[in-house]
Parts: sequence; structure tokens; C-alpha cells
Amino acid sequence: MTTKSLRPRVLLVDDYPDAREMYSEYLEFSGFDVVEAGNGMEALQRAVDTTPDIILMDLSLPVMDGWEATRRLKADQRTKAIPVVALTGHALAGISEGAKQAGCDAFVTKPCLPEDLVREIRKILDRPSSSTAKARRSGKHAKTS
Amino acid sequence: MPSPPAALLAVGAPRPAAKRQRTGPYTGVPRVRVEVEAGPGDDGELLSARLRLLEGFVGRSELADCAQLALQWLGEVLGIAQSICLVRPAEETSLFVIGTYGLTGSAVSRFSVSLEDWGNPLVTAFANRKEFFFPAPHSAADRKRRPATPFEDSAFQVLPLGVSGFSEDAFGLLLLGGSTAFRPQLHWFTNVFSQKLDQILRQQTLADGDRKQGRERSLLYNIINAVTDPILLTDAEGRLLIANARALTLFTASEEESEGRRGAVRMNNMLLSSALSSKAIEETGATRRELLLVNPVDGSDLVFELLSTITEDARQGSGVVSILRNVTDLRRASEEIEENYRKMRIAEVQARAESDRLNLIIDSVADPIVVTDAAGATSMMNEPAERLFTIPLQASEIEQRWVQNNDAHFSSFIAGMLVSADQRRVGEIGLSDPKTGEAMPVEAIAGKILSEHGELTAVVTILHDRREAIEKALLYEQLKQASDELERKIQAATADIAHQNELLRRQAIELEQASALKSQFLANMSHEFRTPLNAMLGYTSMLLQGVAGECEPPVKRQLGRIESNGRHLLTIINEILDISRIEAGRMPLQLSTFRIPELVSEVKSELEPIIMRSKLSVTLQLPKDLVPISSDRQKVKQIILNLLSNSLKFTHHGGIVIAAKRNVKERTVTLSVTDTGIGIASADQDGIFEDFRQLDNSPTRAYGGTGLGLSICRRLAQMLGGRISVQSQVGKGSTFLVTLPTKGRK
Repeated sequence: MTTKSLRPRVLLVDDYPDAREMYSEYLEFSGFDVVEAGNGMEALQRAVDTTPDIILMDLSLPVMDGWEATRRLKADQRTKAIPVVALTGHALAGISEGAKQAGCDAFVTKPCLPEDLVREIRKILDRPSSSTAKARRSGKHAKTS
Repeated sequence: MPSPPAALLAVGAPRPAAKRQRTGPYTGVPRVRVEVEAGPGDDGELLSARLRLLEGFVGRSELADCAQLALQWLGEVLGIAQSICLVRPAEETSLFVIGTYGLTGSAVSRFSVSLEDWGNPLVTAFANRKEFFFPAPHSAADRKRRPATPFEDSAFQVLPLGVSGFSEDAFGLLLLGGSTAFRPQLHWFTNVFSQKLDQILRQQTLADGDRKQGRERSLLYNIINAVTDPILLTDAEGRLLIANARALTLFTASEEESEGRRGAVRMNNMLLSSALSSKAIEETGATRRELLLVNPVDGSDLVFELLSTITEDARQGSGVVSILRNVTDLRRASEEIEENYRKMRIAEVQARAESDRLNLIIDSVADPIVVTDAAGATSMMNEPAERLFTIPLQASEIEQRWVQNNDAHFSSFIAGMLVSADQRRVGEIGLSDPKTGEAMPVEAIAGKILSEHGELTAVVTILHDRREAIEKALLYEQLKQASDELERKIQAATADIAHQNELLRRQAIELEQASALKSQFLANMSHEFRTPLNAMLGYTSMLLQGVAGECEPPVKRQLGRIESNGRHLLTIINEILDISRIEAGRMPLQLSTFRIPELVSEVKSELEPIIMRSKLSVTLQLPKDLVPISSDRQKVKQIILNLLSNSLKFTHHGGIVIAAKRNVKERTVTLSVTDTGIGIASADQDGIFEDFRQLDNSPTRAYGGTGLGLSICRRLAQMLGGRISVQSQVGKGSTFLVTLPTKGRK
């Protein structure tokens, strides 16, 4: 699956299966490699295991919420460099602020059309800082394969 | 000899002409006829004797001299040994001896004949100018008829002396002793002698008159001068004829006198002339009026009473006699008396008013007042006191007793006061109401009134009915109870209110909590709404993009409907969420400084797809020098977004202009969004900023939206310290204006 290894990997964390499935399907359709997680704890595990290029993090999650998961990701040397995009249906003030404090690199409010989400992801991945991660992941990927 | 004044002339006025007529026509002033012819039987010796007599008369001017010569001549020539000559001097009523011959002794020197003794034959002889012969008496009766003369019982003859033709009155008598009567030579003698005596007498009379006149005149002047009032005689022309000394000081001044004094004199003369020349004198003859003159000595005013009388004089014409009486002091005194009288009257009126007022005051006092003298007797009491202490007419026996009791009680109180040394005494007396007999406790306040010497003159007692006070005290007690009751009730009510307030406060807290819960609920709800909506919109979008394979055009069209309705639903949810956030106060201001043109361009580009679809022109008119404003960028953006969306929604032709204008003085920026849309009627303009308001509320309305957009804009503008307004005309378009402070409030 060389083609797959060239596709950027997205860790999609959402407890609502319909939404997770919808974004996952569209991201696959748009040329992304998608790893899914249903709660924060699972997300931490997947992030360490799969070293994604970007993490889409829903904030209200069972077991461990998105804020806590993000804080732990940013505290871990292995996952620290991976950009985290907060994804939430909560539009109340202070939410985005809290997300930034937890270490989120971007904030996207649901409802968010799949194509808008993809545009947002590309914008972040095209930043110069993320290219190193991409290269590291690529190298790692090459080592594992 | 100067002619005497008219008044003085009157004394020597000629005798009435009627008397003269009886002796024939007036022959003028008599002359001494010198008749030296000899009578019958005379001889040369006689003739020379006559001549001697006449010669002797010529040098003599004295009566006594002449008489002596004549009587001597009689004795020597005619041999009449004894003779007496008597003459009546002017103004005298007796005949006095002026000469005797051959008689001596006191009988002669004392002899005189009173002309008032009508029984005296000598008087008869004198008055009737008759010659008499008195022979020596033969009996006592004879002697009685004879007058008493120095001849005593000797025979004598009486010859009247007088000038015939001029005056029938004799002026003297010639008494000749001897029994020989009526000698013929005597006729010539008496004639000549009489003429000589008459001449002397006449001259004497004239001289006497003259002297007398002078005397009287000076006397008159002295009298006039002695009068302190000025007296004046003026002629018909007002010229001064006679003036007394006092008048002279007022009306005359010599050249040596001072100018002031002369001026005063001139003034006085003028005043007098005008007073005298006035018609009043001519009409009434005599007047009495006031005349004001100047005192030439000191210039002070002098008030005179002027009495003028017109005198008529045949010789000198008419004149005016004026007497001035100085009434200056009199008037001053009279004024003083008047003033004193007036003062006395005023004092009397004041005293009476004072007394009346005092009586009024005492009577108007509702409390009984009794004035008692030092002996304890009542000297004065006011009406309320009279009711207590005076037995009224037609009083019943019991009423009389009540009053008597009152009197007795009061008397004992006063007696106690009089014997005590207290200056003041307050006590209570148990009186009875004289009408009802009801007990009437009174408070008596008595004060002693002392004279200057410290003697007790009166005791004034004021009685105060205590019944009212007692009743008041009772009422006060009741009032106090009522007040206490009220206070208790108020306290209870206050406690109740406090309790209610506490309840209200709790309710308010609960309400606040409920409101917060509501907002939380809405927030949660909107989240719950949006999660499925997210999936719906996402899948629809994916279907339209052909993620699962291309769709047939009809399917695409239907998917498009799903998508647009889903978006609408999302807008509604978002707006409800915004309102609830604003209401819950969960939309804090995030101030930053930003530029309006950039913000407007951002809004425009975000709405670009809609603008493209609408085919409307959107023009920006933003001045280059617009300063950056300090505000909440997100909220300002939302306002502009809402307004522009709104205009795009309600405009079908034309364009939209977004402009900005700065007001330096107010420190504001006004953003305007002007469209050429359907417009809003002025009656509806006030309501468009209210919640859930769209002008067309019908279910089939032509325009979508919740109607919350403008309401949110208004709330946001208020949050930012600004305001929003609209100017619109139906069919022509609307202009929405948002005014914001350039420095947002903290």
C-alpha cells in the first residue's frame, strides 16, 4: 500500500458514529488516510500507535474528553508535534478559548461541511512547521514497512 | 402864634351863632373907644381926671393893676371911699376880688362869689347884668335878703362889668360903698373900665388858651409816645402826619442808619401803605386785621393787629388813624397753648386707647383673671372670672351656693397669698362650675404688684381650668395606647415585608438560576440540534459532490433543496443561540483595535456568493482617513453581516451602498447600509428591531429568516455602546445606520 503511505494520515476522534463515518468517508474520498477513535483514551492510544499527521478532536467525548486528551497529547514527546484541530458543536463563548489553552492548534465549529473541514486540514498541513512531521512520519513509515 | 391842631382848636371854638343873634348883628372885634367928652355938669378938673384915668390904663396890662388904678380914681375923683372889684376868670365858676379900695382885713381877701349860688343877689346882678342898690338894713329880714359882703351892714351899690354890644354876659362886678346910688359919672367909668378889663381878660384868655393848648398837646404826645403800640396818622394820600416813638422806629430811618435797617423800614412802609390803601378801609371805615412787619433792629418778623379808623376833619380833610398792636408774642403764646392742648388731647386719646386695649386684652383672655387690692377686695375681673364669682340674675338657690362657695375658696387663697411673703404663688383651688355644679379644679397663679416704694398695691390672679388638661392627659394616654398599637402593627408589617423581600430575593436568585439554566439548556439543545444537522448537511454535500458516484440531475436538484433547508435550519439555530447567549450575559466583549474598511471588505467577500447570485451592485464608500476603532471586532462584523444580508434579501433591483462617516465631536463612527429595496412603512419602523419580527408574519411569507437578525444587531450595538436606526420609504429603499463609539467602553 505505497499509495496509502503517501497519503496524509488523519486521526479522527468523535463519539458520534454518523459524523465520524461521514467525515471518514469524505476524507478517504479526498485522499487522506483516516484512523478513527471514539473517545479520548482511545485517541491517545491511536496517536502513539499510528503517528498521524493531524488530529481532528471532538471536545465532548466519553471516558476522556477532548480537552484532557489534547493536554496529554501535547505533554507527550512522541505526539507533541502533531497539530490538533478542535471540532465541536458547542458554540458557547469560552469553548474555543479553553481548547486553545489545552493546546489545540485550530478550532472548527460543527456543523462543518466535509469539504470545509478538508480545506481547513490542508491549510494546516501546508504550514512549513508540519512538513517536518510529515517527513518524520514518512521516515518512520519507511522504517516500519 | 402857630395855628393849633384841629383837635385842640375845638376847645376854643366860637360860641354858637344863634346866641349871638339876640344882641343884633356881630360888629367885629371891639375896640376901646376913647371918649373923653364931658358929661353933664362936669368941669375941666373932671375932664383931666378922666384923661388921667385913661392914661393910667394905657400902660397897664394886668387886671389887678388896672383895678387898683380905677378904684383909687373912684375914691379920689368921685369920693367913693370903699369899693371892691370882682372878676370871673375864664373857666371859673366864682367871682374873685381883683382889687379893693378903702377896705382892709381878711374879710376882703377871702371874699368871693360863687356863681352857682343862685339865691345870692350878687349872682343875680351878675347873671342878669343889672345894677342893684343895697341900703343899710333896718331889720333882720332886710339883713337876710342882703348878700354877705365886706361892707357888712353898710349900704353899697352893685354894678355889673361887661362890654355891651359884644357880649351880654358880664365878666365882673363892681361893689361901691356908700349910700349914694347911681351917680351919673359912674356910667362913663364903668364903660371905660369894662372895656379895659375886657381887653385884658381877652388877652389873658387867649394866652391861657395858648398855654393850655401847648400843655395839652405835649401831654397828648407824651401819652401817645408812652403807648408801646405804634400809632400813626396818615392823610388821604397815605402820607405820614403823626407817628409815636414806637411807630417812628418801624417806619422811619435816618441816613446814618444801616442799609439793612433802612431796607426794613422801606419794606414796612410798603406793607403799611398797601394795608391802608386797600379797599377794606374805605368800605368799612374801621378794620382790624393782621399786618406782618419786619423788626428793623434785628430783622425778625413782627405780627401786628392793625386797627384803622378814618377821621374826618373839616380843615385838614380825612385821614386814617392806625394803631398797631404787637401780637407776635400773643400769637406765639396762642400757638403754644393750642399745641399743648393738642398734645394733651393726644395723650388723653392714647391713655384711653391704652386702657381700652388693656381691658380688651384682659377680656379676651379665656382664663379668668381677678385683680385684688391690698385689703383682699376684688377691684377688677374679666368676664370669665365674673361667671365664676358673680351671682347671675335669676340664679337658683343651688347656683347661688356654688358661686358663694367659689368666692369663699378664692378668698381663702388670696388671704393666704396676702399674709405670705411670696411674690408669686401657684396653687390649685377646687371650684365648681357655676352652671352645672360640676367639680372644677383650677390652677391659680397669683402675683403681687408692688408700688415704687415696695408697697403691695394689688394681687393679680389668673385661674386656669384644669379640667381640659386632665381630659387632655386622658386623651393623650388613649392616643399613646393607639400609637403603641399602631407601632406594633407597623413593626409586624415591617417584619412581614422583610420576610416578603427575602422571599423575593430568593425568587430572584431562583429566577436567575432558572434563566442561566434556560440559557444552558438552549446551548445544549442547539448542540444537540446541530450534531445530527451536521451529518445531514455533510452527507447531502457528499452526495452532491458525487463521493458515492454521480447522481442524476433530478436527484441533484432534490439534494440541493435538502441542503438549502438544512442551512436555513442551521441559521435559525445559530440565531436563537446568539440571543440566549446575549440574554445570559455569556457574550463578553473582546476589545481590539481594527480598521473598518478591512472589516467591511471581509464581510463583502464572505457574502460574495450571495451577491453574485443576487446580481446587485455592492459599493463601498469608505473614507481613506477613517481612524481605526476600538471595539469588539467579531460583534461589529456580525452587525454588518446581518445588515448586508438583510439588504440583499429585500432588494431586487439596484444596489447597496455601504458607507462610513466619522463624527469627531461625538467621537463616533456611523456605518450605513443603504439599499434600493422594498422599504419599510414609517409606522412599522419602530418595531423592526424587536425580537422575532418580520413585517410579514403570515405563514406563506415571501422572505425567509427568523426575524431575529435586526434584534441581534440592536442588542450588539447596545453592548458596544452604540445605537442602530433606520430611515426608509416604502418602494424606494432603506438606510440602516449603526453608530459606534471610536473608543469602545470597557
